[in-house]
Amino acid sequence: QASIRLRMKSVTVRDALNQAMDEELERDERVFLMGEEVAQYDGAYKVSRGLWKKYGDKRIIDTPISEMGFAGIAVGAAMAGLRPICEFMTFNFSMQAIDQVINSAAKTYYMSAGLQPVPIVFRGPNGASAGVAAQHSQCFAAWYAHCPGLKVVSPWNSEDAKGLLKSAIRDDNPVVFLENELMYGVPFEMSEDSQSKDFTIPIGKAKIERQGNHVTLVSHSRFVGHCLDAAAVLAKEGIECEVINLRTIRPMDVESIETSVMKTNHLVTVEGGWPQFGVGAEICARVMEGSAFNFLDAPVTRVTGVDIPMPYAKILEDHSLPQVKDIIFSVKKTLNV
Amino acid sequence: MKTMLTVISNALCRITGKNVGAQTVPELLIDLSEYVNLTSPAAHASAQAQRQPPKPPPVSTRSSAASQLARAQLDQLDGPGARVAVTRNFADFTPQVTFDIKKCDLHRLEAGPPVKAELTREQGLQYYRTMQMVRRVELKADQLYKQKIIRGFCHLYDGQEACAAGIEAAISPSDHLITAYRAHGYTYTRGVSIRQILAELTGRKGGVAKGKGGSMHMYAPHFYGGNGIVGAQVPLGAGIALACQYRGNNQVCVTLYGDGAANQGQLFETFNMAALWKLPCVFICENNKYGMGTAVERAAASTDYYKRGDFIPGLRVDGMDVLSVREATRFAADHCRAGKGPIVMELQTYRYHGHSMSDPGVSYRTREEIQEVRSKSDPISLLRERMLSNNMASAEEFKEMDVEIRKEVDDAAQFATSDPEPPLEDLCNHVFSNNPPLDVRGTHPWSKLKSVS
Repeated sequence: QASIRLRMKSVTVRDALNQAMDEELERDERVFLMGEEVAQYDGAYKVSRGLWKKYGDKRIIDTPISEMGFAGIAVGAAMAGLRPICEFMTFNFSMQAIDQVINSAAKTYYMSAGLQPVPIVFRGPNGASAGVAAQHSQCFAAWYAHCPGLKVVSPWNSEDAKGLLKSAIRDDNPVVFLENELMYGVPFEMSEDSQSKDFTIPIGKAKIERQGNHVTLVSHSRFVGHCLDAAAVLAKEGIECEVINLRTIRPMDVESIETSVMKTNHLVTVEGGWPQFGVGAEICARVMEGSAFNFLDAPVTRVTGVDIPMPYAKILEDHSLPQVKDIIFSVKKTLNV
Repeated sequence: MKTMLTVISNALCRITGKNVGAQTVPELLIDLSEYVNLTSPAAHASAQAQRQPPKPPPVSTRSSAASQLARAQLDQLDGPGARVAVTRNFADFTPQVTFDIKKCDLHRLEAGPPVKAELTREQGLQYYRTMQMVRRVELKADQLYKQKIIRGFCHLYDGQEACAAGIEAAISPSDHLITAYRAHGYTYTRGVSIRQILAELTGRKGGVAKGKGGSMHMYAPHFYGGNGIVGAQVPLGAGIALACQYRGNNQVCVTLYGDGAANQGQLFETFNMAALWKLPCVFICENNKYGMGTAVERAAASTDYYKRGDFIPGLRVDGMDVLSVREATRFAADHCRAGKGPIVMELQTYRYHGHSMSDPGVSYRTREEIQEVRSKSDPISLLRERMLSNNMASAEEFKEMDVEIRKEVDDAAQFATSDPEPPLEDLCNHVFSNNPPLDVRGTHPWSKLKSVS
């Protein structure tokens, strides 16, 4: 046991993303990174630190502030057979380019009946940060996951970040890769396997982060951590939560959710995005339509961001997003305890 | 087969200095077309074996292929004039003539394309055939649309044929081209058969996109559509040019847009990046004077579209003269290949139809204007008159070609109206590339559909 622990390494999410890109740039000549400040600045959030120094101007490209233009250029390069990673400094800015993501990237393989694939990754931080206010805090998981032709991935920890980004880059389809700025600096233990250059995590498969019998908690990105914290507190009161890390929003691994619900009979979804038409709403609908419905002992509960634009003042911001106590409260309500 | 593809592809890379090889057989054929004449039956057959591939385009500057083609056409005819033409000696015709063409307006360019263009008899017949084919296909589409056999959007290209034909004459199949939604002409010049074009318009499984794309979404190797969102194709085209630069393969991307799209913000973002990075992109504005129902004077503060690239050099070209288009495109492509960066070309042209089939096209312009262009500047007539008055071909030859082209178009329309619609099993396919099969939700929870790549 001791020797295995020694081989585990503490790696921040930022470094895991950096490693993933470095390895894929080395592995496949067609891969390149483009975005604002990704090259000489080492990345607005330092995610691409060191890459420009190693790979140069051809593979790591600084762009002007022209999201619609450079997203289109990246999609065109993918159509011509390269494998671009298009970084949005945050996904809020992707709204300016959303036509290229949806109409030029996502739909093209279908419209061409298989003649024209678009192997591109759109990545960047998504959702709330800290004190950046309304225009810089939106979660785009639901918007992108609505669209057929896209894969939408939302990692939580370092292993997720590395394995899923490598899979996304190797995928021949457009992948929207939603990172989280507040997670970049968080270190996680990475197993020896996950440090290999060929380590990938399949897109479309959720992970059970914690086993439990009483209630299923489903979440993605940063709030998986909140769920685990809530589970630790609830365990002291004898409530055992099963925590599922979705990892991929689209295609969603509904089967894992259903299997868990058939065991626990209770389901609580947790997300940072707004409630209406969100990830939790989709999970509710899918569970109702599927085999797990008859196993529910209570309606599904959604824990979400508050349905308002994000305020600036700290006290207001803190109360705009799910806190651990909100998850604990919701679990107890769902279990009627 | 795949290993052999890799071996040949790697060998080509070593010869050309490219870093990335062809991934599919059609791509390899395009790469090979740089070095060998691919109109041999063997190459054709092997291409056919792979998937629904386009025929190698008939427009070619290789005169041997052209004369083969011209002779083959005449041999096939069985109309009344045929016997007479076949017995006529080709030596009676002038083999080549140098024509004066209009000088281009220049922006940030010391010199422009030549003011003289050479035309061989073979080239002339080929350009004529291409333009006439596009014309007849568009008119057939008009007919089929009015019969409600074609639905939805249908944006016709008749009047603008010299642009598509001239551009293709100046570039090679290994170059790239992308355009907007008035795309049928380019789909043809880039190698898709008229059967597959018409069948796509009628929404049948024999269409180039198996009926799933329609008028605005047809594709072929090195032809990226067919794009429905006005202006979105321009950044895409610059991205394709980036890929050419990245690979160092000396190819260019011709990126077309209209006078309406010329006012889109994403164009200016693209111009900036293309100039900054010296992308080998030939931006071509097909100015047909109307963006849907809005005349250019009502839409643009500056209608000098060839200058709108600002720091990018530009030229304004007579888009009704196939030779002017060819010379200008060659000039522009050479500019890019020399590493000088992008260039903007404005083609002054005209569309006879309205914006689409739902626009009669006469509420914002007069019938007199349309008639005047038809009688004085029709691109097909211009070429024919030039060739006839220089004894490069006979009136009978043109007539025979017209008959033959009409027949081909009628046959293609016959196919397009009789081919079955795509099977329902195909509904959810082609969502993802190279992916294991996935489940797709139907219209209700009990409808569980399957999608394969």
